Amino acid sequence: MKLPISWLKDYIDLDGLSVEEVARKLTLAGLEVEEIKYVGLPMPDNKGGERHEFKTSGISWARDKIVVAEIREVKPHPNADRLTLLDLFDGEIEQVVLTGAPNIFHLKGTGRLSKPLKVAYAKEGATIYDGHADGLVLTTLKRAKIRGVESYSMVCSEKELGISEEHEGIILLDDDAPVGTPLVDYMGDAVLDVKINPNMARNANVLGVARELAALTGRELKKPVIEYQTAGEAVENLVAIKITEPELNPRFVLGLIRDVTIKPSPYKIQRRLRLAGIRPINNIVDATNYAMLDRGEPLHAFDYDVLKARAGAKKVKIITRPAVDGEKLTTLDGEERTLTSTNVLVCDEKGPLSMAGVMGGAESEVTEKTRNVLLEGAAWNFINIRKTAKQHNLPSEASFRFSRGVHPSLAEVGVRRGLQLMAEWSGGKIAPGLVDAYPLPPKEPTVTVTTRDVKRLLGIDLTLEQIADLLTRLEFKCEITNNQLQVTAPPHRLDIGEGIVGLADVLEEVARSYGYDNIPETRMADALPPQVGNPAHEWEEHVRDLLVNLGFQEIVSYRLTSPERESRLAKFDEYVTLANPIAPERRVMRRSLAASVLEAVEKNARADSIALFEIGPVFEPQPGDLPKEPRKLVLAMTGLREALAWDVKDSPNFDFYDMKGRIELLLSGLHYPDLSYAPTASVPYLHPGKAAEVRIGDAVVGVFGELNPLTKEKYEFGNAPVMVAEFDLDALRGSTPSYGIIPVADVPPVLEDIAVIVDESVPAAQVEALIRQTGGKVLANVRLFDVYRGEQIGAGKKSLAYNLTYQSDRTLTDAEAAAIRKKIVKRLENELGAKLRS
Amino acid sequence: MLEQLNEIEKTALDALRSVADQAALEAWRVAHIGRSSPLMLVFAGLGKLSKEERPAVGAAANRVKAALEAAFEEKVREIKEAALAKSLAEETLDVTLPGRAVHVGRLHPSTQQLRRVLAILAEMGFQVYTSREVETDEFNFQLLNFPPNHPARDMQDTFFVEAGERGENPILLRTHTSPGQIHAMREFAKMNPDNPPPIRIALPGMCFRYEQITARSEIQFNQVEGLVVGENITFADLKGTLSDFARRMFGQNARTRFRADYFPFTEPSAEMDVECFVCGGKGCSVCKNSGWLEILGCGMVHPVVLQNGGYDPKRYSGYAWGMGPERQLMLRYRIDDIRYFWGNDLRFLEQF
Ligand SMILES: [Zn+2]
Repeated sequence: MKLPISWLKDYIDLDGLSVEEVARKLTLAGLEVEEIKYVGLPMPDNKGGERHEFKTSGISWARDKIVVAEIREVKPHPNADRLTLLDLFDGEIEQVVLTGAPNIFHLKGTGRLSKPLKVAYAKEGATIYDGHADGLVLTTLKRAKIRGVESYSMVCSEKELGISEEHEGIILLDDDAPVGTPLVDYMGDAVLDVKINPNMARNANVLGVARELAALTGRELKKPVIEYQTAGEAVENLVAIKITEPELNPRFVLGLIRDVTIKPSPYKIQRRLRLAGIRPINNIVDATNYAMLDRGEPLHAFDYDVLKARAGAKKVKIITRPAVDGEKLTTLDGEERTLTSTNVLVCDEKGPLSMAGVMGGAESEVTEKTRNVLLEGAAWNFINIRKTAKQHNLPSEASFRFSRGVHPSLAEVGVRRGLQLMAEWSGGKIAPGLVDAYPLPPKEPTVTVTTRDVKRLLGIDLTLEQIADLLTRLEFKCEITNNQLQVTAPPHRLDIGEGIVGLADVLEEVARSYGYDNIPETRMADALPPQVGNPAHEWEEHVRDLLVNLGFQEIVSYRLTSPERESRLAKFDEYVTLANPIAPERRVMRRSLAASVLEAVEKNARADSIALFEIGPVFEPQPGDLPKEPRKLVLAMTGLREALAWDVKDSPNFDFYDMKGRIELLLSGLHYPDLSYAPTASVPYLHPGKAAEVRIGDAVVGVFGELNPLTKEKYEFGNAPVMVAEFDLDALRGSTPSYGIIPVADVPPVLEDIAVIVDESVPAAQVEALIRQTGGKVLANVRLFDVYRGEQIGAGKKSLAYNLTYQSDRTLTDAEAAAIRKKIVKRLENELGAKLRS
Repeated sequence: MLEQLNEIEKTALDALRSVADQAALEAWRVAHIGRSSPLMLVFAGLGKLSKEERPAVGAAANRVKAALEAAFEEKVREIKEAALAKSLAEETLDVTLPGRAVHVGRLHPSTQQLRRVLAILAEMGFQVYTSREVETDEFNFQLLNFPPNHPARDMQDTFFVEAGERGENPILLRTHTSPGQIHAMREFAKMNPDNPPPIRIALPGMCFRYEQITARSEIQFNQVEGLVVGENITFADLKGTLSDFARRMFGQNARTRFRADYFPFTEPSAEMDVECFVCGGKGCSVCKNSGWLEILGCGMVHPVVLQNGGYDPKRYSGYAWGMGPERQLMLRYRIDDIRYFWGNDLRFLEQF
């Protein structure tokens, strides 16, 4: 909400407070000032390294260079038809000033003006915006000859002074503008752009903000009294109201003003409206907008004569009701809108007139010809207005306020303020009385507050009198009885609840009014809760650490993807699908973490060497219910095994066994016993001959291998093969670790090598298992150090060579070692058809 | 004979002076103290000397032998040192050549920052609590005091899931980790429904907002929330805890400021700013000249939320806050484009 500070000053004395100080106080109290735009008032000087807390823009008007002046005569220019020469008095001297302004052109050559025109006059050397430039460009006025006439100063447009974009003509000030006064003193301003949070809806108006400031500064709120003269027949004799659904329309108020003259509003009002972001239209429409910004009640003006004509001989009857599905209304923006039963209408007996609280209808709107105005102020259900404004995509100043809640008490205040302004600006006569249908007044919640409550929730010691003082500043009614404070919310607030909720609502006001800054910082004295920890989280962090130690870079991908993206790796029928995606390629929650990781590999394909991992959930839809979110771990490696350097020119690529080695280290780091690896051809995206399942006991916890070349083709990878591993983290974590260690022996081991020739079909793991089993406890370690195939041993055969380490708690003799070796060889021969290789 | 010994000594020492390498030294050794050197011949001839001559010559020969051997040892050392000095002089590396790289792993910057945050909180007694990412409207909003169609919902643009007719309880991607507050409170309350235990937890996790992906806004982001519930928890405790956290995270001199703000699930609510740690509060581009950095939103847990969690708001109170590790990283490392975080570009990730 844009808030001109001059308007604020109508209701509170801000002497001695800078614009920034005002903004800071509001910001700390929850009315965040997002920007300050200076329109004349001196801007803070930041040259001395002083910080400016707020985003700042705008222009200052030099006191001695920009003043109020008056035009006494408009004369033709000797050499230019479109220019005029003004006889202008700036309070000191009368001089000739050149202008091309079209809005005084009609006065050219009419002689001495009977009523001089008051204008904003910039003297030589004044800095203003260039009216002809695109955007805001500062310029300083210098002497120049224009078509033979010397020019050194100018009469300003709104754009030149930074008030608006308007550069069609010069500003014509109100008649009371004092000639010779510095313009900044007459109408210098600054506009605060205030963010209105949903709980601050009551402050979406000037008086609301002034009230907050009064509470925060302890200054007096100059609450205006609305008084006016009335004349003619009372409005209640002319108009009746029928509310069909009080839940949707708790109050509806009408007032009438007769014999208005439609014309522009006073300049001061137009300027304020522009600064507040509202385009001035005419005095009647401006009055509704001004009253809304002033008090927070959106108003709607009907052309009374249109309603009278529609009613024929009968009394005008206003009816509020839900629309019928399919009912149509042309709104004042010229759009024909098709309504639904969730929309509320203001109608007469002939049909709909306007969309309640959102937008008026075209037929009954105020026009240049309007003479008599019926003014509506009402209260609506904020959720209903919110839905309607969204449904028809009609955000407006009115729906902004109504969809956040406007107190019904303001309906009457708003109408009276609107009528007062209309009478002042249009010369109309206000009809006596109002028609006021108020079937559903809101509750006036009363909340009980004790000093203990304040201590318990805010941690500060305040007396009941102190609490009452803090709340009274915000217009709460406070009464102390029996060591308790009875607090009643003021009649402009809908945000104070009852009971324990009301207490929280009121304590927030106590805290804001007291100042968050004045509340001390304390350390919790409360008992420490049960320490249950989070073993799953800690375990997962351990997995991350192990993988980082193994040289993997962690990545984090978007959870949102598309079936097409994932289909390069795997096809899934069912997805968790968004109803409102931002883009088709981010419309489902991922099913495959491997697909995410491979996208990252592809993205980094230019790197020599890539080793990535990601840990996170995939999302498995469950019909009509929340999806399952199993957690996965995916590893991917590709590229050079060794990092290149100036003396390392080449390196082999990562292959299956690089990945397997790392998996072995990961799993041994997690202390899982009983691991086994088995070939698998069941993972379509892995090479059927270069893929393995990882088992712990009987459970398969993951798969890994080389990416299937057919899959690889669908990506833009480098030439090197890509290794992928995918683990089910929940299954992995479900395995039982074993934390024993093997004691480190004092006696030296006996080392021996053994090489056996077996058929190709015999897996190495089987040979090793048999060696270990036969060797028993004394055989401390078995390490494969060579695999050989070749003519020497015959086709279809391979030679496996092992280092054997015998270790006992006493020194073994060679004879003892030889005996074990003999047993091993024998079993290998008998059970696997192995031959000792000599 | 004695003179001859002096002559042998002198000749040998003279010869040794000109020896410069290992080979010459070996030749010298053979010639002057070797088995058939003149000196050794003197020893061999001792037997032929008279009884009177023998002691004096023997003593003199031994002296000469000791002298020559000492000179020899000295020369050995000299030559070794010379050789070492020569090789040191020759074996000079170009130390400006780059070192050889090693493949190293790293944690994603978000994980690193999450760990920093959780480590500080752990020391303050906050335990990690995690919960699901796809949620119901009920848990993400309603139980947190966001009624259906409430204007507060405009503050959190939401991704909804296609899931048929679920009325006012659609499935959605959580917009904050706050649904975990309800899950956690209910879990703790179940331990002892009549006397629920106090709670002090940190809730990290991925959250989602319906936003366009730009340098300033993202569809997913990590959040860490804190939740404290107990019988003596005050707004002053909230200020103390979060200021302590800020000093641990941003430095012991970090000043904090609490501004009133609005969140439906806390009341009173506040925004905590930390004095800009880049410029020390003087004003710079990181803090947009304000001198303050917005770090987290916080407040006293709303009584409706306590009630929904199984904690009686007349007896219990609490506070909660939420903050973004990615935002903290952006401030700390002056990252001006939030898209880097899920872009998975190694050129970005390898800088952490
Ligand atoms: Zn800064």
